Amino acid sequence: MAEKHYASKRLAEKSNRILVYAILILVSVIWVLPFVYLIFQSFINIPSSKSFFPEAGNWTGQNYANLFNKDTPFFSWWINTFIIAFFTAALQTVLVLMTSYALSRLRFSGRQALMKLILILGMFPGFLGMLVIYYILKLLGLNTSVFSLILVYVASSAMSYYIAKGFFDTIPKSLDEAVLIDGGSKNTVFWQIILPLSKPIIIYTILVSFTGPWGDFMFGSYIRVAGGLQASQYTVAVGLQLLANEGHGLHDYGTFCAGAVLVSIPITALFFWLQRYYVEGIAGGAVKG
Amino acid sequence: MTKIQYLSLSKGERFLVNTGDFFKGIGTGFVNFFKGIPLALLKLWHKICAPFRTLKNAWVGGTWFTRGNFLIFGFSQFFHKEIFRGILYLLYEAVFIWFLIVIGVPNLAKLGTLGTFAGTSEFISDPSRGTTLSFVSGDNSFQILLYSIVTFLFIIIFIALWYFSIRDAKSLQDNIAVGRLSKNSQFFTDLTNKNYHTLLLAVPLVGLFAFTVIPVVFMIITGFTNYSNAHADLFDWVGFDNYGILFSGSGENSAVVTVFLRVLAWTLLWALIATFTNYFLGMVIALLINKKGIKLKKLWRTILILTIAVPQFVSLLLINRMLSNNGILTDLFVKWGWVKPSFSPFDNVLLARILIIVVNMWVGVPYTMLICSGILMNIPEDLYESARIDGASSFKMYTAITLPYMLFITFPYLLSQFVGNINNFNIIYLLSQGAPTFKSSGIIIPSSFGGNTVGETDLLITWIYKMSMIGDDKNYALACVLGLLVFIVIAILSLVFYGRSNSVKNEEDFQ
Repeated sequence: MAEKHYASKRLAEKSNRILVYAILILVSVIWVLPFVYLIFQSFINIPSSKSFFPEAGNWTGQNYANLFNKDTPFFSWWINTFIIAFFTAALQTVLVLMTSYALSRLRFSGRQALMKLILILGMFPGFLGMLVIYYILKLLGLNTSVFSLILVYVASSAMSYYIAKGFFDTIPKSLDEAVLIDGGSKNTVFWQIILPLSKPIIIYTILVSFTGPWGDFMFGSYIRVAGGLQASQYTVAVGLQLLANEGHGLHDYGTFCAGAVLVSIPITALFFWLQRYYVEGIAGGAVKG
Repeated sequence: MTKIQYLSLSKGERFLVNTGDFFKGIGTGFVNFFKGIPLALLKLWHKICAPFRTLKNAWVGGTWFTRGNFLIFGFSQFFHKEIFRGILYLLYEAVFIWFLIVIGVPNLAKLGTLGTFAGTSEFISDPSRGTTLSFVSGDNSFQILLYSIVTFLFIIIFIALWYFSIRDAKSLQDNIAVGRLSKNSQFFTDLTNKNYHTLLLAVPLVGLFAFTVIPVVFMIITGFTNYSNAHADLFDWVGFDNYGILFSGSGENSAVVTVFLRVLAWTLLWALIATFTNYFLGMVIALLINKKGIKLKKLWRTILILTIAVPQFVSLLLINRMLSNNGILTDLFVKWGWVKPSFSPFDNVLLARILIIVVNMWVGVPYTMLICSGILMNIPEDLYESARIDGASSFKMYTAITLPYMLFITFPYLLSQFVGNINNFNIIYLLSQGAPTFKSSGIIIPSSFGGNTVGETDLLITWIYKMSMIGDDKNYALACVLGLLVFIVIAILSLVFYGRSNSVKNEEDFQ
């Protein structure tokens, strides 16, 4: 009797597990298929085919070749974006960590008010401010350069203190107190206690601020039109958006697919490499918020 | 109701009571929010009074060194070995006076009219140089308004620093009176200790004020002008006229109120559904992956992370393409005979809305999955252990342990997702562009409100975008009014919920 009970339970568990695997496989397929389609599309002669998988005679590298001709200087776009992303990541990470540390560990008058102010500022439709930001850039003489985006991204660093503050909140305060009692300054606490313990959140912040500029086309597009940027001055997001835009002269769907693949490869590689820290950072930070 | 009474209820009744409590809680939240206003005002009044008392003390009980600070910033500090602090104070005063003379006063003088001179250009025939275009630039209302706002900001900082400098001088005097002498290096010691926050926050806050606060203030104030394509260089104050136009409901603007309410309703509905579908699906997938005995956990997680790594606008443009008239998905549906060849999913309101929510799940679920699996691993295992010993089913464990724990911990995240979804520009802009339009259901929207491009799936944010950035009849002022209204709705909603959230109330408990 007992044996039979265990056997049926084991069977139930087994079928249960098979069901879970089936769901996971289905989920994976749903999530991956569009990207596989993107890769196939980038090798296809678009106008002649609508199939998922390119037919035998329909493979072409032309889309990738198109990326490097005069009208679509993809290489310049890529380098521009890389420079912007690199400096944004470096500066923004420092500022975000500084802000988060101050809001998490230090107690000063106006701290709560500042946090509420930032929360509220985040609710305004950001692009309505673009006119003003553009005007400020013009005053600084930066409006005709795509690299002014670095300034725009870095200036909003304080707005994204949220996750890193949550992470710092979970580090026990007794560590700080030990250092302060031994005569160390708060500066020592930050550099020698908190930062070494915060590797996941540091890498998370670098990753997020580095990948941000690759996908942001709003302000880039605004500067492109208002500042009259040359084609070689675009970022990848602005350029690819034009390639995908049917109303624009650059429109070419196959080239867009090829460009999208080339943009996604480095970022995906970066994510795979740093995945562990990303997960730890986002989980650790969101726990408290 | 006492605990005993509650426990004696049946399951269904308990559910009803809980649901009732939940909504009562929201009501109470609102009531408390507004009830709290008088008390907050009283507190504010005391806060406002305190500095004046300090100033009075500094003047009445101060030495002439201290009183010198009323006129010259850092005066007392210079004579008491606080040179660096003194220099910083004085430097700001000098910069402020220069700014006021060069930029502040000329622009503030024109703030009342926002400029009247439109500028001239005429051809001048000069025998020696031929015909040249002589151009005299006129007033620029945009610039006058912006500079005035900056000047006001400078004045506020000036008053604050004036106060701080006097307060510092008074406490310096008091310290000297009891024999505590200051020294120059104290300034730097304080900067890494007592005043460490000023060192850390200085640069981020300058950025925040220059690129976020000033634009937002500008936006709010522009709502009271007629800044638009028709008045691009010179615009005027119009008071509450823009609010009147929005809610008048007469003439060519008669449809605007209807459209506003419909867009607002859809925006809130969308934010609610999008937040919760993402959250629950993300949690379910995280639970499945973290289930005991499931192998290749890392592989499943990695596959989903792939979608985070690919820039969002790429995935959205791709999906848009697949769903468009000749896209691979629509072709497939036509082939299977589900739809007619001319089919476009964005012709039907309900279908378009469902589709947007589904695609949003595809885009957003991996994030929630990541967050949830991080937190799931942190739930103490002994909770499940004791539940299992008591014979709880896995469903019971989910509803009694996992779900409450997750909701409690991720509440701030959920709130920020909700706000983010209200302002989720990308998904609508790249996927449906608002289609199907209101025009197709016979509602005519004036061109200053975005005209025929506005549609049933537009969120408030994309509507504002169409009003202010697209077309020949851009009306920035009206867009600002709408933006402010959106903001007020979100701000009240989220401050009410934010104040109720346990993780905010008990911030110190976590450390």
